[in-house]
This record gives sequence, C-alpha cells and structure tokens, in this order.
Amino acid sequence: MSSVTESGGSGLLAWIDARFPLSKMMREHATEYYAGKNFNFWYVFGVLAMVVLIIQLITGIFLTMNYKPAAADAFASVEYIMRDVEWGWLIRYMHSTGASAFFIVVYLHMFRGMLYGSYKKPRELLWLIGMLIYLALMAEGFFGYLLPWGQMSYWGAQVIISLFGALPVVGDPLVEWIRGDYNISDITLNRFFALHVIAVPLALVMLVVMHILALHETGSNNPDGIEIKENKGADGIPVDGIAFHPYYTAKDLVAIILFLMAFSAVVFFAPEMGGYFLEHANFEPANMLKTPEHIAPVWYFTPFYAILRAVPNKLGGVILMGGAIFVLFLLPWIDRSKVKSIRYRGWGFKAPLAVFAVSFVALGVLGTLPAEGVYTTLARIFSFLYFGFFLYLFIYTGSEKGKPVPERLTYHG
Amino acid sequence: MTTDMTEAINKNRIGPRLVLGSVVVAAFLLPVLASASGGGGFIQPAKNDVSDIASLQRGARNFVNYCAGCHSTKYIRFNKLQEDLQLTEEQVTENLMFAARKTDELMNVAMPADDAERWFGQSPPDLTLVARSRGTDWIYSFLKSFYLDEEAATGVNNLALPNASMPHVLWELQGLQHATFAVTADANGGEISHFGDPAYFEHFEIVAPGKLSADEYDQFVRDLVNFLDWAGTPEQLQRQRLGIWVLIFLFVFLLFAYLLKVEIWKDVK
Repeated sequence: MSSVTESGGSGLLAWIDARFPLSKMMREHATEYYAGKNFNFWYVFGVLAMVVLIIQLITGIFLTMNYKPAAADAFASVEYIMRDVEWGWLIRYMHSTGASAFFIVVYLHMFRGMLYGSYKKPRELLWLIGMLIYLALMAEGFFGYLLPWGQMSYWGAQVIISLFGALPVVGDPLVEWIRGDYNISDITLNRFFALHVIAVPLALVMLVVMHILALHETGSNNPDGIEIKENKGADGIPVDGIAFHPYYTAKDLVAIILFLMAFSAVVFFAPEMGGYFLEHANFEPANMLKTPEHIAPVWYFTPFYAILRAVPNKLGGVILMGGAIFVLFLLPWIDRSKVKSIRYRGWGFKAPLAVFAVSFVALGVLGTLPAEGVYTTLARIFSFLYFGFFLYLFIYTGSEKGKPVPERLTYHG
Repeated sequence: MTTDMTEAINKNRIGPRLVLGSVVVAAFLLPVLASASGGGGFIQPAKNDVSDIASLQRGARNFVNYCAGCHSTKYIRFNKLQEDLQLTEEQVTENLMFAARKTDELMNVAMPADDAERWFGQSPPDLTLVARSRGTDWIYSFLKSFYLDEEAATGVNNLALPNASMPHVLWELQGLQHATFAVTADANGGEISHFGDPAYFEHFEIVAPGKLSADEYDQFVRDLVNFLDWAGTPEQLQRQRLGIWVLIFLFVFLLFAYLLKVEIWKDVK
C-alpha cells in the first residue's frame, strides 16, 4: 500500500497523509497502541502529569506577560497580577497550585513504577528518561520559586545555592558563578527567570516526548507485570490488550475530571494550602538584611532537605542528599527480582517498600520542621531506612523467590 | 486459572493498599506530633467576616484614621476600595483620601521612609499583605496586647510582637493595660520574674480606661482586621463564588464522562 492512498480517500486527510504521517501517528500512538486492559488507579498519574504540564505551560505564558524579572519590581508585579490584571489571581493560583500538583502526581507516578516493577527490563531506559524529567522538574521548581521575590524565595534560594559551596576547592567560585554576584541579586533573578521560562521547560517538553516514545516502543507495563505482547491473537493484537483510544482516553477523561475537581478545590478555596503551597513568609518582600526565623524549602524538596540536615558535616550532607536522588536512577539494576509486580512478590518486598514509602513521607514532614532535638534523631533514622531499603533490595532480590505469575492478565471488569 | 490462584491473587491486592495506607497514616500523624510540641503565646481568634461590607467600611475608616499615617497599603488602588466596599467616589475622596488626588492612585504613605526610620528605628512596614504573612488572628492579638512597660522606649510592650517598635496608637480607645506574668521559684527559694515573656503571661488589667468599652474596642479591632484580610486577598469572595460553579460544572461533566467510559468499555471482557 503506498503512503499516498494510505487513508483510503482523497480529501484533506489524504492530502496531509501524503505529506505528513498524521494517520500513521494516530494509529501508532492511539488507536492501535495496545495496553493491558487491567490498569488501576495507579495508572492515571502519567496522563495527569501531562495535564499539569499543559496547565503550567499555558498559565506560565500569561504570567510572563505581566511579570517583571527585576529585584526592584518582581514582588510588586506579582501583586499587580493578583489585583489589577484581569483574572490574574486565577492564572497565578493555577500556576502556584500546579507546581505542587506536578510533584504530587509525579511522586505517585514514580511510586507506581516501584509497585509494579515498571522500571524492569525492557523499560530501564524509560525509567532513566523519567528520572531526568524528575530532575528537570526539580530545577524548574527551584528556579521558579525565586521569581516572586518574597522572603522565602530569597532565603530558600540562598540556602540551596550555598550547598554548592560545600564542594572542596571549586565550592565558593561555583556559588558565585551560579549567582552571578556576591549575593542573590537582580542578576540572579534575571538568569533564574531565563532558565525557568525557556531552558528548563524546553528540556522538559523534549524529555516528555522521549519518555512517551520509549513507552510506546516497549509497551506499557500493567498491574500484573506481564508482557501482553507475548500473547498475541491471530490478528497480531495482544489478546489482553485494548487500544489506548478510545478505551483509555475515555477512562483517563474520568480521572482528569476528578483531578481537576481536587485541583479546583485548592485553587478556589485554599490556594495557600495552609502555607505549604504558598508559604506565609513569602508574602513579605525579599530582604537581604533580615533572615527569617525558620527557613524551609517548599514541601516537595523537604525529604531531601531532611536528609541533608541529618548529616552533621555539610559536605557529607550534600553528598548524601545527591545520593538519595541518584540511587533512584539505579533502581532497575538494584531490584534484581524476575517478578515485576508487587502482586506476585512476598512480604520480603512488600514490607520494606512500605517502610521506604513511610520514610520518604516522614522525611518530607521533618524537612519542614526545625532541625533540633528529636527531629534530628528521627531524620537520621528515616534517612537510614531510606538508603537501607535500596541496599536490602539489592541483596534480597539476588535470591528472591516470587509467587507464580499467571499467563494472562487478571481482569475483573 | 485455578480457584486457589485467583484467591491468592485477590489476597495479594492488599499489598499496594497497605503501602498507601501506611503512607497516609504517617503523613497525618507526623504534623500532629509536631504541633503538639509547639509553644504557647497570646493568640486570640479574630472571628472577622470578609463578606460583611459594613464591617469592611468601618475597618477602612479605622485604618485610614489610625494606621495610614505611617503604614502604606501600596498594592491597593482607591478605586478598588470604592468598588469592593460599595462606596461612592465622593465618599472615598472625602473620607479616605488625604494625600492622594485621583482615585486610581495607590494607597501610599505620605511619611518619607528616611524620617520614619529615624523616628521609629525602622520604617513601618507596608500592610497590604500582613493578613497573609502573619495571619488575621495575629493582627487581632497584636492590637489587643499592648501593655505598660517602663523599660520600653514607647512606654508599652506587646505580647504578640515582643519589643515592638510601634507605639500603642490606639491607647486613647482601648485605654492602658497592665500585664501580669507568672513568678516561679528558683532553686534557692528565690523568685524569678518572667515579665515580658509571653509564655508566662497570665492576664491583663485596664489601669486607665479608654473611650471605648472592652467589647467596643474588640469590634473596632475586628473591623480593622477585616479590612486587612480583604486587603491581602481582595479576590477571595469572588474566588469562592466562582469555585462553587466550577465544581458544579466539573461534577456534571464527570457524570457524562463516567457514562461515556462505561459505554465504551462494555465490550471489554
């Protein structure tokens, strides 16, 4: 069949298809992309991350139209957006809530990967690209948080940038190079703005495209951790597979609406989210002469911040914090179990995974609290459990005996 | 598939649920533990109501008469005040604007920042966002907890903001009050005074009455706090009204989307 007559007609679509693989792409990525029919609740966070990305890109564009990336004007321009720009408060709250929502759905998306072994062969590269997305997202969140130029923007950035100063020899010049000044200043704000609105979003979007291409190359994993491609019917279609469109588009739409309801509840009724999404101290303009009593990064960085502070030595803390993120990259090779899904793995995996999840959340909470007394002790215990999980997993999975995995998906429609 | 296997599989589904459950429990438990160890202080609930327009109008009047001489609310325009507080242009220009000439001007302060710093040690902060940075309860408590302190330069100290550089501007209204703090015994049987430490505060006692009764003063402060609550988030009423419609729309959309999903998934066995 030649590509000119591929869509079987003469109209506009045929004209386009002869020049651009529109129908072909629709088939490959939607109407003839087959995924397991048993996706559960955990499988909606990928598409929700896409929805949040789009919300952030669009609201970000409109914010850029009125925001002024200058130390003297930034804070006032945000209040200008909140008060004088038509619907500015809505755009700004969507963007600030979107930042936190992004991390919530991405953390759940990553945890899904751990539950069902989605990083295992042949999806190691998919996981690595995903980890790069996560890194880019953290950079995006960090650069963006300086822009409102409030007290917490300023001092939070001060603390995080100064971490690079812990590196031997290159530390201090590196910090100066990042800031572009001896302090966090107008110059720092300008470059963070450039990175936040151009460099990182561009990288993010390209990585997301790669992530989806890699996913569609290997095919999606499923809650049973069975490769549906290994069991195809006479028509060459996986017998346990259903087309992404219309089945999962229809199902995801329900999930998207439920997500938007939760999202709107925050945007319209609790945009500060008790000081976790928009910190109270950030409603005071940045003042380099006045250090706030208690500096804490935004909640999505706090698990790693708690690990940093758990170590008495600054360089040691920085290394351990970096290690806490880096170790996630290695997950496909740390978890050596042949069985993918938690459904067919024993308590030797389930219980430690629960401990890991609790440790991560606990570190997140501890990172928002002052590092003193019992909090420091707790942070040390949970940091130990966080890293201990990966060490344990590597040793345990060397000889892990899973339960029998069924040949076909389990589906209880 | 055998029945045994199906059973085993169904049983195994508690795995992810258990994991999620523990995370949720941990997430809710930790902040509770954390807040239980927090300190005391003197914070009373403001109980203001931003939808009470009359209270907002009184609050604006109180603010302009007693606060605006030193404190700006420089992100608010007079015409925004006029619109949201349902005032006429005449009411705004005659009662609320002293230094400004046009209603599209911002509520700046006439006092030069340099002078302010010389007089008070620091320039009085802009108050547009004080309800967001400090909270309404804090402002309410701050304005109610000035007490006589001979050591302080202004003659008064404050429980919510110890060693505040602001004088008790509202003393003519509230009157002057004396604060009693607990006295504890030291190891030798001597007494330790905790004067000025909010953690040891016991009670206030009015020593020179003001023009307003205690209830009237509470209402005066509450109106003022209400105005500052509006000033920090003037969009809040509109936002909440719109939010209800957005949620209703999404709920209806959800019903249709769910029915569509069920219809499309009918042939998935």
